[in-house]
Amino acid sequence: MIAEAGHYALVLALALALIQSTVPMIGARLRDPVLMNVARSTALAQLLFVGLSFGALVLLHVLSDFSVANVYENSHSLKPLIYKITGVWGNHEGSMLLWVSILALFGGLVAVFGSNLPLSLRANALGVQGWVSTAFYLFILLTSNPFLRLVNPPLEGRDLNPVLQDPGLAVHPPMLYLGYVGFSISFSFAIAALIEGRIDAAWARWVRPWTLMAWMFLTLGIAMGSYWAYYELGWGGWWFWDPVENASLMPWLAGTALLHSAVVMEKRNALKVWTVLLAILTFSLSLLGTFLVRSGVLTSVHAFATDPTRGVFILLILCVFIGGSLSLYAWRASSLKQGGLFAPISREGALVLNNLLLTTACATVFIGTLYPLGLEVLTGERISVGAPFFNLTFAPLFVPLLLALPFGPLLAWKRGDLVGAAQRLYAAGIVALVSIAVLWAWVRGGSAFAPLAIGLALFVILGALTDIAERSMLFRMPLAIALRRARGLPRASWGTMFAHVGVGVALIGIVCETTWNTELISTLKPGDVAKVAGYELKLDNISQRQGPNFGEMLAHFTVSEDGKVIGVMTPSKRSFSTRGMSTTEAALMSRGVSQLYISLGDTAASGAIAVRIYHKPMVLLIWFGPLLMAFGGLLSLSDRRLRIGAPKPAKASRSLQPAE
Amino acid sequence: MTRKQRRLTMIGGALVVLGIAVALVLNALRDSIVFFSTPQMVAEKHIPAGRRFRLGGLVEPGSLKRGDQMAVTFKIADGSNALEVTYKGILPDLFREGQGVVAEGALDSNGVFKADTVLAKHDETYMPKDVADALKKQGHWKDDYEKAGKKLDSAKPMQGASR
Repeated sequence: MIAEAGHYALVLALALALIQSTVPMIGARLRDPVLMNVARSTALAQLLFVGLSFGALVLLHVLSDFSVANVYENSHSLKPLIYKITGVWGNHEGSMLLWVSILALFGGLVAVFGSNLPLSLRANALGVQGWVSTAFYLFILLTSNPFLRLVNPPLEGRDLNPVLQDPGLAVHPPMLYLGYVGFSISFSFAIAALIEGRIDAAWARWVRPWTLMAWMFLTLGIAMGSYWAYYELGWGGWWFWDPVENASLMPWLAGTALLHSAVVMEKRNALKVWTVLLAILTFSLSLLGTFLVRSGVLTSVHAFATDPTRGVFILLILCVFIGGSLSLYAWRASSLKQGGLFAPISREGALVLNNLLLTTACATVFIGTLYPLGLEVLTGERISVGAPFFNLTFAPLFVPLLLALPFGPLLAWKRGDLVGAAQRLYAAGIVALVSIAVLWAWVRGGSAFAPLAIGLALFVILGALTDIAERSMLFRMPLAIALRRARGLPRASWGTMFAHVGVGVALIGIVCETTWNTELISTLKPGDVAKVAGYELKLDNISQRQGPNFGEMLAHFTVSEDGKVIGVMTPSKRSFSTRGMSTTEAALMSRGVSQLYISLGDTAASGAIAVRIYHKPMVLLIWFGPLLMAFGGLLSLSDRRLRIGAPKPAKASRSLQPAE
Repeated sequence: MTRKQRRLTMIGGALVVLGIAVALVLNALRDSIVFFSTPQMVAEKHIPAGRRFRLGGLVEPGSLKRGDQMAVTFKIADGSNALEVTYKGILPDLFREGQGVVAEGALDSNGVFKADTVLAKHDETYMPKDVADALKKQGHWKDDYEKAGKKLDSAKPMQGASR
């Protein structure tokens, strides 16, 4: 019953999406407010029905109803409740249902918070949103229905892939999808603007909070996924330049560019055509990411979807939406008027440079990800493009970006003073240079790469702090006044500061981890001691334990530093009998922001066990950085000017009437 | 500065950045691309020692030998040829004889493949795409992979019950 109800609700949602994609747009054409208002109610009803459908699937998983193929394939009655729930999106069908649910959620949010949008803009935007959801409902119902029943219900399920049974995976896909799908809003608004043939600064003001929100979630989602790979896969790596990771990085880069260009558009009414293009590209890259992950066209560790018919269907969706929106763009973009002038050295100019470098970096990732695929299709030759390619292309593009970053916020709009900005960055620059020299001396003339990169990161961090100090007149006014000024600064300025500091922090983490990482691989017998980076790790004993749906072999280590015991670590290997698979559960111990990392290998006949021990200096900074960035985004989002559904300025209501 | 000059500056700047990016990409593509081969292709192509590539195939049953200090040797086979591989370190969880692997490294002067990375199948339904394609081409596609790939099509429901 539950499965059928869920299936039925999904069909109803499709019907509502079809209405939503046509009626409001006709209404906008005819300027009929009644027809245009259909968008609001259908968007909300659609959210209700897809929510019911998703709830039904969750319930089926919780109840372990193995007569449903999806539950049988991915669940097991002994699985802990939390993984029964997260298992819903740990598979292809369920994750696609989550995808459309989030799409409907965003549609519903626009419907609720968009009451102050011009009626036609809201109708058109929700209409476009309706097209996207129609396409994906059809995809789910035709190729990946999660509610299919099995004729002979089995008694027990096949269990979820054990590497996915992890708290990290509970959070990672929803976050990532909130990001991916969140960009559909800016896409819909961009298409709506193209259809109306009119766009202005108020448009950017509506779009920016949505973009910011999507960007925040995507940032957190990527960081989460990276941390999961770090502790779950047992290799101690946090970024593999795997195609699936690249698929999430590309929309992030384009979305970051979009955030910055939307600022220019909002403040200066310039870069309109470019912003619209970026909005289209960002969501296109999100769709591409969905395609790459869901079709299984690329060799990847994310292996849970490999079915060609699905691939072709998503490819079709991809072509229709990307091709269609770009054609519309080519046709209508010239009708959008160019906005304010600015000199190359100005805040706008700096943001253009930011966009240029981010999109170029995005393009190199795109080439590195899709070139092997194209080459194989064209010549049949198979190659793999790995980390060295990206280190040689992506990294050099980020150097000028980071060098220029502190200057941007210090430049004035329209016409900036580069010398003035440089003077204000003196302190930051000098500290950075001194730290480069000190670090270089400390590593005794070793590779200059790490000191230089850390200096660059410090420059970025201090530059961001300088901006806030300048604005609050710290060091130039009495402290009390400066503090009051700092409190009075718009939250968006604080948001910028945190996000930029986050970039620098993440860079420090990345550089320290890759340069000064210590690795020890060895075989240990109980009683043996391994020494890594000043720590002594003694293997006390090896024991067995039975978990809910797995057997586990635990190794107990006592960790001491300078003869003092500082803790125990228990890495383990779990074997899941249902799938005949084993996973390595690494043990982590944080020392400040550095970590000790132990993962287990095979046991030899003699009772010795192979272990991999790492000391990873500053590694936690890699994920603190994105957290800071997302926090900055949150601060900006809470800024009164940017709040979702912020009161519209008086002139906006006039300037965004439908054009004829 | 006029609109035209401004636009020229922008376009000039964009072209410079793009030019640099293209140069970087081309340079990186020349140096850092790794090709994929099977043991048969290695036998036919005479890949010079020291050139890095990825070797894919099945681990030949009975060929795995563990030495001192976690050194291991095994053979990667594709049905017609087999190539000896040496590796030092911890093999992945799912490394087993008779299953698909991809090893990355280079041939040494004795024609033995020295691997520095070994990737195994990620779960029982997955095998590296490179390996699957190569084996399919040669007609050595193992049945169990086919079956695992199409879990739902056959009379599967009973399987869960019987376990």
